[in-house]
Amino acid sequence: MMKRKLLALSLSALFLPAAGSALAQAGKISGDVVKVAVLTDMSGVYSALGGKGSVLAAEMAIEDFKAQFKPKFKIELVSADHQNKADVGSNKVREWYDTQGVDMVTDVLNSGVAIAVAKVTTEKNKIMLNTGAASTRLTNEDCAPGNVVHYTYDTYALANGPGKAVTKQGKDSWFFLTADYAFGHSLEKDTMEAVKATGGKVLGAVRHPLNASDFSSFLLQAQASKAKVIGLANAGGDTINSIKAANEFGITKTQTLVGLLTTVVDIHALGLPTTQGMMFTEGFYWNLNKETREFSRRFFSKHKGMPNMLPAGTYSAVLHYLKAVQAAGTDDTAAVMKQMKATPINDAFAKGGKIREDGRMVHDMYLVEVKKPADSKEPWDYYNVKQVIPGDEAFQPMALSRCAAVAKK
Amino acid sequence: MTEIFGVPIQALMGQLMLGLVNGSFYAVLSLGLAVIFGMLNIINFAHGALYMTGAMLAWVGLEYLGLGYWWALVLAPICVGLIGIAIERLMLQWLYKLDHLYGLLLTFGLALMIEGLFRDLYGVAGQPYSIPEELSGAFNLGFMFLPKYRAWVILASLSVCLATWYMIEKTRLGAYLRAATENPKLTQAFGINVPLMVMLTYGFGVGLAGFAGVLAAPASQVGPLMGSNLIIVVFAVVVIGGMGSILGSVVTGLGLGIIEGMTKVFWPEASSTVVFMIMAVVLMIRPAGLFGREK
Amino acid sequence: MSRNVSIAYLIGLGLLLLAPMFIYPILVMKVLCFALFACAFNLLLGYTGLLSFGHAVFLGSAAYVTGHALKVWQLPTLLGLLAGTGAATLLGWVIGSLAIRRQGIYFAMVTLALAQMVFFFFLQAPFTGGEDGLQGVPRGSLFGLDLADDINLYYLVLAIFAASFWLIQRTIHSPFGQILKAIRENEPRAISLGYDVAKYKLLAFVLSAGLAGLAGATKTLVFKFATLTDAHWHTSGEVVLMTLLGGMGTVFGPVVGATVIVTLQNELADKVGSLVTVIMGAIFVICVLAFRRGIVGESLALYNRMTGQKT
Repeated sequence: MMKRKLLALSLSALFLPAAGSALAQAGKISGDVVKVAVLTDMSGVYSALGGKGSVLAAEMAIEDFKAQFKPKFKIELVSADHQNKADVGSNKVREWYDTQGVDMVTDVLNSGVAIAVAKVTTEKNKIMLNTGAASTRLTNEDCAPGNVVHYTYDTYALANGPGKAVTKQGKDSWFFLTADYAFGHSLEKDTMEAVKATGGKVLGAVRHPLNASDFSSFLLQAQASKAKVIGLANAGGDTINSIKAANEFGITKTQTLVGLLTTVVDIHALGLPTTQGMMFTEGFYWNLNKETREFSRRFFSKHKGMPNMLPAGTYSAVLHYLKAVQAAGTDDTAAVMKQMKATPINDAFAKGGKIREDGRMVHDMYLVEVKKPADSKEPWDYYNVKQVIPGDEAFQPMALSRCAAVAKK
Repeated sequence: MTEIFGVPIQALMGQLMLGLVNGSFYAVLSLGLAVIFGMLNIINFAHGALYMTGAMLAWVGLEYLGLGYWWALVLAPICVGLIGIAIERLMLQWLYKLDHLYGLLLTFGLALMIEGLFRDLYGVAGQPYSIPEELSGAFNLGFMFLPKYRAWVILASLSVCLATWYMIEKTRLGAYLRAATENPKLTQAFGINVPLMVMLTYGFGVGLAGFAGVLAAPASQVGPLMGSNLIIVVFAVVVIGGMGSILGSVVTGLGLGIIEGMTKVFWPEASSTVVFMIMAVVLMIRPAGLFGREK
Repeated sequence: MSRNVSIAYLIGLGLLLLAPMFIYPILVMKVLCFALFACAFNLLLGYTGLLSFGHAVFLGSAAYVTGHALKVWQLPTLLGLLAGTGAATLLGWVIGSLAIRRQGIYFAMVTLALAQMVFFFFLQAPFTGGEDGLQGVPRGSLFGLDLADDINLYYLVLAIFAASFWLIQRTIHSPFGQILKAIRENEPRAISLGYDVAKYKLLAFVLSAGLAGLAGATKTLVFKFATLTDAHWHTSGEVVLMTLLGGMGTVFGPVVGATVIVTLQNELADKVGSLVTVIMGAIFVICVLAFRRGIVGESLALYNRMTGQKT
């Protein structure tokens, strides 16, 4: 009796996997789960820019999607810290794709890590919606239009705002303090071009290691150059420390500092007295309109800080992705990419946003000026929006693209 | 603007000043290492981590207890010294009979533990620590800007080095220390408590590192990695100077700091490696180090 | 080799041949590369008594040279591996010649400082890509097998590891190996016996550097990139830990140590974040204080005690 039962059980056990996979084929969602991953810097120099905020934003997007669209498929979120190391990030993503069925990776701030992850993503034919990194290489030299979308901002958009506006003010000689890796090089190059195009001069540049502990030596060189403007081609903790050191050496008395990648989070850390009057481009401001305020206050209640463009972009990207998966009925990369490019983006982060053929997501950017302390009415009320730069103007025109896949056409 | 070798004098003096500041740190740290090595024959890899601990304690003191800079300058080195004594009593003392390499490995492990702990608690990025009111601002000397704080750092470090030298060379306690270093058994036979000397030496040595940490806190980022990047350069300084004499470590430290600063002006790419290059050269010409006595 | 040991090796080999069916191949390959690195390091520490604290520089230099050779010069895979190993061997000769002028602790500090110098060179040299690393290294193919397939690459890595392990084994049990052990035990006596100790130390150093380089070159193939982490002094510390934990001066110790450490880091990285460093440090401290013979060493001692044999 036992033997027969055992035989029956084992025979049916043999068929179960086959039945299971047949079901999976019908649903066309791999593993029956849409798995989204947030790869970011959780504890290092950029952790305040993305980090836990990005994870929270992704969670909010999944919540909102489930509430509004009631999908039939399951959604799972995983996250990891890449510690600003290309090898750690790249290995993690490879493991995610190979062993955990992750379908889409987002955030991935730190351009060096982003470029590495782009390669793995292309190799495994998955999707990366990069909402954190800056280097324009993601849509040019290292582009992968079938797998990679550069979503929130890039160095071209960042550079053109202040590069043109500050130079036009008459501050036309620039010296750069640059983070010595992909992001810094990219931002320095794009800003130099913007400055020269507006008739300004570039007097020189000095490179500093990522997460440098002491900026005094580099700032002394900047001071010696006698440039009217010192462009800070760095971000996060590096920008904050550069500005502090510049104050210590009395550099701000005679030269203007421009933080080329600055966000509302950095202004909050430095305070208005130190940063008033600074001009830069950002992709999102919480106090722009009713929708942004609603989203941001929800975010604030959990994160205790207002969102800058990185988590806001992550929210939008995850939402857009999930909508595309539902519309396409599958999480197959090619189908979802096609759907994402065909659908405009309208949410708290962007209105009329569009993903171009080369993978660049184009949306309006904002040239902002930091308020004087007296003009700020509440905490986090830091910006005067000087200009809304329409998407097509803010980002590099596709005609100039160095992306091999696009240029051929 | 006057120029020397094509470099504006303001930039040159600025880098010279920064070089002196770095050199002061090298001097204090290599002094601590030399003192510890002399007595215990152990290379204290944890020196960098304990330097960082001094800075972290200063920040913690300010953040949670409201203790300002001047308190930290006194209390933090004492705390680090106590930690050092604990390390010596609990762990190092068992290693004296073994190959000296084990001491290096143990202190390396300790360095990892201390760094990892602070990294877990506070992240890698580093905390801000502001310059105390009394020392902020700068002297405008005409040919350069001398931030008051940096001048203070140089002054404080050199004073501490001088005081240490005086204590070791000119006082009775120092005489006991030197005797215990040369011949522990004989010194013990004379009734001097050598294990106590050893313990205090380690505590003092790392206390020096903690002091340097507090000095460094307002000037650079108080982060978990601040020690490890520095300690390897200090090792090179120690190899160049040789571990025989106190004055030797101080002079070498200052000298190398200045050379590094000058290199930043004339050959910036080499500035991070110039100390190691000098070390390679010294190794070939005078293996015992510039001031060293082969033990 | 005794029969028991031979059987143990055969079982080990068998397990490794089957491993990719059960375990993520990339993980096993990582273990193999680091095991080779640790075995090479052990040749110097366990058998010659020289603590090199900058050994990661050989891992890293080979990684970069192989990466460059495969990506930019587009050399066939085997030549790329050879180029990396050759570069590490050469670097080993240069650094070794300088370092052996000092002994004991000074030797360790000199290797550390020289390695750091090379690290800074890697940080600034354009061909390494600095912080970004050298990305997108093609794996190429071997004897018609496309190495982009993880399984194919696995068997190549296994072959490299097995061959190197065999080579180290033969070296240890050769007259050359005996002289190295003599130098470790009592250097003055070895000198008095007429051996050119400096030459033997240098030879051991170069051999160790070359094999460490082979590990680095292979690792580049596995991960398709080379980064600064490969040459960082943290990695130098890690290989010391692997050897210490596994058992210095035992043939199998480094392999055990590498397996434990790599697996531990892999499992813990997501769960405890920065505490991994604390755990590594704690293992170091515990090993130095109470577990100096390492896993294999202590196991052997235990085994001998139980079977009543003299150590």
